[in-house]
Amino acid sequence: MTKAIEEKGIAVVHACSIVPISKTVGANRILPTVAIPHPFGDPDKDPEEEKKMRKELVEKALRALATPIDQQQVF
Amino acid sequence: MAARYRAIFCLNQFFGGLGGEDKAYLAPQLLEGARGPGIFLERLVPEVEVVATLVCGDNYLAEKTELAISEILALLRPWFENEEKDRVHLLLAGPAFNAGRYGLACGAICKAVRECFAVPAVTAMYPENPAVEEYRKDVLIARAGEDVMAMEESLKNMAGLACKLLQGEELLPGRDDYIPQGRRKNYFAEKSGAVRAVDMLLKKLAGEPFSTEYVMPVFDRVAPAPAVQDMAIARLALVTSGGIVPHGNPDRIEAANASRFGAYPLQGLSAFSAETHQSAHGGYDATFANENPNRILPLDVVRELEAEGAFGSLHDTYYATVGNGTSVANAKKYGSEIAKRLLADGVQAVILTST
Amino acid sequence: MAFERGDITVADVRFGGQTKLREKMLFLDEKALTDFLLSRDDRIANCLVSIARPGDSIRILCVKDVLQPSCKIRDDGPGVGRRHNLDNVAVVTCGKIVGFQEGIIDMSGPGALYTPFSGTLNVVLDVNVIPGLTPHQHEDTIRNAGHAAADFLGEAGRSVAPDTLQSYAALEETAASPDLPRVVYVYMLLSQGLLHDTYVFGRNAREGMPRTIDPVMLLDGAITSGNCVSACDKNSSWHHQHNPLLRELYLRHGRDLNFTGVVLTNEPVRLAAKEESAEKTIALIQGMNADGVILSKEGFGNPDADQMLLTRGLEKAGIKLVAISDEFAGPDGASQSLADTAEEADAVVSVGNANERILLPPMERLLGPVSDLRRLAGAWPHSLHEDGSLEVELQAIIGATNELGMQTLSCREV
Repeated sequence: MTKAIEEKGIAVVHACSIVPISKTVGANRILPTVAIPHPFGDPDKDPEEEKKMRKELVEKALRALATPIDQQQVF
Repeated sequence: MAARYRAIFCLNQFFGGLGGEDKAYLAPQLLEGARGPGIFLERLVPEVEVVATLVCGDNYLAEKTELAISEILALLRPWFENEEKDRVHLLLAGPAFNAGRYGLACGAICKAVRECFAVPAVTAMYPENPAVEEYRKDVLIARAGEDVMAMEESLKNMAGLACKLLQGEELLPGRDDYIPQGRRKNYFAEKSGAVRAVDMLLKKLAGEPFSTEYVMPVFDRVAPAPAVQDMAIARLALVTSGGIVPHGNPDRIEAANASRFGAYPLQGLSAFSAETHQSAHGGYDATFANENPNRILPLDVVRELEAEGAFGSLHDTYYATVGNGTSVANAKKYGSEIAKRLLADGVQAVILTST
Repeated sequence: MAFERGDITVADVRFGGQTKLREKMLFLDEKALTDFLLSRDDRIANCLVSIARPGDSIRILCVKDVLQPSCKIRDDGPGVGRRHNLDNVAVVTCGKIVGFQEGIIDMSGPGALYTPFSGTLNVVLDVNVIPGLTPHQHEDTIRNAGHAAADFLGEAGRSVAPDTLQSYAALEETAASPDLPRVVYVYMLLSQGLLHDTYVFGRNAREGMPRTIDPVMLLDGAITSGNCVSACDKNSSWHHQHNPLLRELYLRHGRDLNFTGVVLTNEPVRLAAKEESAEKTIALIQGMNADGVILSKEGFGNPDADQMLLTRGLEKAGIKLVAISDEFAGPDGASQSLADTAEEADAVVSVGNANERILLPPMERLLGPVSDLRRLAGAWPHSLHEDGSLEVELQAIIGATNELGMQTLSCREV
């Protein structure tokens, strides 16, 4: 999906837990996340802290989208 | 034996007997009866009668492919759409041996004829012919020798495979001499997977030749899209393969090998919640996602960042599918459809989340 | 100290009288079994017991696990003593859909070719739980009921002389020629939370991995399944009890190879954990002076990454490897088969394309939560036709693309 969207010139950041799979299928901007069942969360953290971490991840995603790259990059 | 199958035979200007390199720009023409290798073929494979020969110049087809193909289809149409008794059953092209331009022409013609008239269209090439990679998935390519010295066996092989197709027989690599078409198909082996694994390892350890049952693919790449120039005014969209859908899964997106994606409104939503949304994904423990779907698609903090001006605005639909045993071909299709909608709304950036 | 495994072949299973095995006939006291299950777990509302025999016109729906009834005759600890198995009898647990991917067993017809359980005498338990349970509790209830029923039935073989009795010594005590290649079996266990767990000596395999284990422990039933999803390539408890790779490696030990040991490893959910697990596994294998490794798998998608991490690392360390995997190449076989790949994976055994479709004809009897059949049709790549036939992908059939290599199914390019 990432590639098909990117082909149209739209910048995509692929946020996923298992980076090697993302690398293999050829996403360009890759953002590593927490874990498969909760990429943007961590049930072990208290809700406040969890949300703070989630926000930081999204901020990182936005930075990745604004970063010029010429090849695959893990942020 | 009387001929059972009526064929159109396709040749380039040289094999069609119309000239050499000087005639390479010859436009397609249809000649009655068999010519050159076609005459030889009728002798070798009496089941096949060549009713007409299509000849086209190598360069004409290579340089004006679209035009040439439309001309060829127009020439052939009457033959394939004839009354039952006069109808032509198949198209044969080549053999192209190791000739690149000729190979590309045979491939293009066979592909077009197969798609347009739904009849078997078979060619033959040397496995290293550059046209093989281009067309093997769409066109049945019989294995041919490297040059014209192999004419007899190549013709026999090509026509033999075509006859099998017409009889509805399945072709199998190893038994039939053709170039595999990139489709994976199940079969029952003689030994269990465990026995085959130990056999393979012992061969590998002994340095003996072995064949893997799955050759690692090479993935195609897409050039990175340019970075977003000014995030403060950019339009952002959210997409997920993590299966976050409105409660009750209204589109019934499957838990595995999803056959569709869903497009769901975000207007007026400041966050997902356990009451409004859920996971339809069957590949991971959905407890955490169902408790708080923002853990998969972080809408809550995206809205906060939107309010803070970290980016311009949010596209008011999000797209979701289930990436669980979903084929790459389907994923690609969903991606293209989603991309169309995003472009129409001026979206410049996407966060795509996966589990 | 040896372990003895006695296999008892049963001619048929019948309801009636006291539960016992007499002259090859297994008699099952249905009421005693359900009473036993209900008395030991108050989360079970009711339990329906049926028998499905090879060749029957029966389709079993929403299968969670399959287990072989067995009992320890002389229990001198795990991997020591003697165990009796009812060889061709299986307990099949089914229940309402929790994880979407519970599977199907057809006892006859074209679907029967794809599952080992069309060849076993199946005691089918359709377990209904009380309302208000969480999914975790629901699965826990059914999993435990399966084990209890297998123990209950297994008792019938306690005082019966087995048809075959095989003795296994611990690996380090068995001599093998130093000239033969040293082969280690790496056994990947799915361990990802609800519905995707595996238990080693009853403990969740999320903890304490990787580790070595003496294969006699495995023959003695050390590993059980808690994975209720991904029907085609989950390793049911029965598969763990019958691991075909162990059988093959024992058979060839001292003849073609030196069976050097088994390493259990997991398939965690975080990348850092996957990498750490792979590194530790590779270090363990290097410490065993292995020449070659066979790598089995459970599941698909992210476990492909575990398999490729191990493949890359071991091949780079000079250890030759063969990996077993199924494929998800789309119904037409034209799509990419694996989620992750590695250049070093030059020796792969394919156990089939799980996306390939099959039409399962209507059956006279449906066992399991029949009311969920419609839900199955929507929640899974299934379509239920008017006449009761079911078009499914092979991934719906229990054990169809088993990645321990149980089946003969394979896949090739055509």
